[in-house]
Amino acid sequence: MKTRVALTGNEAIAHAMKQVNPDVVAAYPITPQTEIVQIFSSFVANGQVDTEFVAVESEHSAMSAAIGAAAAGARAMTATSSQGLALMFEMVYIASSMRLPIVFPVVNRALSGPINIHCDHSDAMGLRDSGVIQLFSENAQEAYDNLIQAFRIAEHPDVRLPVMVNLDGFITSHAMDVLEVLDDETVKNFVGEYKPEDYLLDAKNPISMGNLDLYDFYFEHRRQQTAAMEAAKEVIKEVGKEFAKISGREYGLIEKYHLDDAEVAVIVLNSAAGTAKGTCEELRKKGMKVGVLKPRVYRPFPHEEIKEALKNVKAVAVMDRAETFSTNGGPMFQEVRNALFDLRGDIKVVNYIYGLGGRDLLVEHVEKVYNDLYAIKDGKSLNTVNYLGLRE
Amino acid sequence: MTSNKNFGSGTRTTSVKPGMKWWEITRAGNIYSPGNSKEYETGDWRSIRPVWNKEKCINCLICWRYCPDSSIIVEDGKFGQIDYMHCKGCGICAKVCPVKAIEMKPEDETEKIKEVGADEN
Repeated sequence: MKTRVALTGNEAIAHAMKQVNPDVVAAYPITPQTEIVQIFSSFVANGQVDTEFVAVESEHSAMSAAIGAAAAGARAMTATSSQGLALMFEMVYIASSMRLPIVFPVVNRALSGPINIHCDHSDAMGLRDSGVIQLFSENAQEAYDNLIQAFRIAEHPDVRLPVMVNLDGFITSHAMDVLEVLDDETVKNFVGEYKPEDYLLDAKNPISMGNLDLYDFYFEHRRQQTAAMEAAKEVIKEVGKEFAKISGREYGLIEKYHLDDAEVAVIVLNSAAGTAKGTCEELRKKGMKVGVLKPRVYRPFPHEEIKEALKNVKAVAVMDRAETFSTNGGPMFQEVRNALFDLRGDIKVVNYIYGLGGRDLLVEHVEKVYNDLYAIKDGKSLNTVNYLGLRE
Repeated sequence: MTSNKNFGSGTRTTSVKPGMKWWEITRAGNIYSPGNSKEYETGDWRSIRPVWNKEKCINCLICWRYCPDSSIIVEDGKFGQIDYMHCKGCGICAKVCPVKAIEMKPEDETEKIKEVGADEN
């Protein structure tokens, strides 16, 4: 049974967590994630879930507690944003290398400094090389759907990796949105009972985890993590197809929007994809062959799918809501250009940095990008890296 | 759901050995059997090796008592051999030997001796 409800992104995440009913949640509040923890802890207090809620003193401890719980055999979660994720940094690497399927929503917020509480993706991008799977959500519906699927992806025997579910701070987390939620039983059956293969509380099969791993084995274990990421691509697609059976909404590694006959396209993550789709729709009415590609998964990065989806496009704009300070563009720009490098020589790829620190992305901004792309397609040369909505 | 490839999941072998490929060792370095540290070759950390002189040795076994890696193997109450798989070459045995029956020799010289020996054979 499906019900249409009005929820904020944070409420949708907390609702999904309630339906999943994890064994352990260890979390510390931080804007704009606070509501998730607050709402979920009220579910705990009201006895609506069986979860052991651990109120920790920091995000470093939150992930540490989740790691301990997951290693012991529990289905464990945490949730954070921005500085919290930065403080968690060290332990995220431990979680992924110990191959613990911890699911954690990250409500994307700019990293300090200067201090700022609003949306950008610098927090998530800081952990793109940590070995966690990163899912991105355009709206509350996708945040809800991604969180439920995340458990199946994380716990799959070929994967066994933490999954970070990203949603945009305030834009998605605090705005009221209409979405369809599944009934508790359906979610419970979809997620299933967690049966860990190896866990510390298995008295019959003693095990030592988190061991010292020097030059003679560390490299091989890192290679295993890469293999798990590779396997995750198939698993994410399979879980997405299965999810379609209970929800009617199918998920893959990327979403293609008007790409089939597109001459130019923008690639964009999370809520800004909605703005881009709206703009695309308007320009299509004017006869412009424009499209949008929204990666749903950033780690593992869907290189093959992006290459395939863009093979007939003449010019592409990659929109990054984060800086790398490489002086050569944002993080996704580098991934996409990498993916397109061996496609062919004449596809033009440019980068737009936008929305840092919560600056709004307007329809006019995306319009400008499409117009720029048409100019590039017709032979005009443009800067490789550009800024949208920056006073310059 | 396909769960087939053992893709990055590693194995559950109870004996991880040097030289194993990345897909043969356990996932995340998990250890499934107790007391297996003896299977880990710490001998390759050694830059100098103890060489025992049978003629000088009085079998007092002070070296056996002092060796921090249990690498002096006693046989029938006498000095038997040195466990080069685990000896890290700390040199304590040579230091404590009252009759200087153990001499520390650089590993690279040892290898040269071996190589020369190989040529002669």
